[in-house]
Amino acid sequence: MPDPARSATLRDAVGLGAAVGLYGVAFGAAAVGAGLDVWQAGVLSALMFTGASQFALVGVLGAGGGPFAALGSALLLGTRNTIYGVRLVPLLAPRGALRRAGAAHWVIDETTAMAVAAPDRELGRLAFWVTGATIYLGWNATTLVGAVSAAALGETAQAALDSVVPAAFLALLWPRLRRSAAEPGAQRRVALGGAVIALVLTPFVPAGVQVVLAVVAVGLAGRPRRAAAGAA
Amino acid sequence: MSDGTLWAVVLAGSLGCYLLKLAGLSVPAAWVEQPWVSRVVDFVPAALLAALVAVQAATSGSAVVLDGRLVGLAVAALALALRAPFIVVLVLAGGAGALVHAVGG
Repeated sequence: MPDPARSATLRDAVGLGAAVGLYGVAFGAAAVGAGLDVWQAGVLSALMFTGASQFALVGVLGAGGGPFAALGSALLLGTRNTIYGVRLVPLLAPRGALRRAGAAHWVIDETTAMAVAAPDRELGRLAFWVTGATIYLGWNATTLVGAVSAAALGETAQAALDSVVPAAFLALLWPRLRRSAAEPGAQRRVALGGAVIALVLTPFVPAGVQVVLAVVAVGLAGRPRRAAAGAA
Repeated sequence: MSDGTLWAVVLAGSLGCYLLKLAGLSVPAAWVEQPWVSRVVDFVPAALLAALVAVQAATSGSAVVLDGRLVGLAVAALALALRAPFIVVLVLAGGAGALVHAVGG
């Protein structure tokens, strides 16, 4: 490939696809641990295709939550992708209902980050489609690997998996709390608030509902600094 | 939960998440690009993911339970602070949880 910017975009897209694949293994294992079968785990990765929502759905189900709590947490986390779509419209300029419908399925954290970071519009479009394709293939394949392996686990391995699932959520959360994130202080207050609300509500609400209600922490702890300065 | 309900949750959740993505590419940008909307959306993952960490690591049904999962979580936090790769974080957390399970019976 003669154009170095083009090869760099392709290399980054494939590298990201491989990295995301590791999360797919964890998701497949978590889904089966939560009581889904291998098919349901696979359909989630193929049709929902947005990692945090998928993890939240099986996380709530795994905690014994009902269908509405599971749906609520998945949809709340899915609102991010609406904002990403708005950012991507000028870049992708999807013409026609069919192309728009196709592009929509791949509007996720990673494709947006890659497309927006690309040096120009043409490379941005390339980054979106190549990142989307590699992640889609990798995520679906590794979901099945994780689901099938978890289905074959024994008791000690199940205890290991019980510790892997919260660690996976923590790993998803961690980059948002780093000093390099936008407003890390507010993000940390919101995260702490969400965890405390969930634990305090656990004895009093049906399983899983405390996860959805933790969103209240956004209103309590996520106010702009000017407004929060007096209280903090 | 019955298998039929599980399938309904899987399919309804998938449809809902897809429509949220499609909405972003379809609605006028001015509807979504209000500062408070993007701000709330930016903070929702921190609240929900932290709640899921807490519920997965320290509850069982309607009770707060402290067991090997918390040891696994502490090990994971340490590994993340040392910038370990994702797979290393999960293997260490899983190993710690399994060890506590084996030692504690």
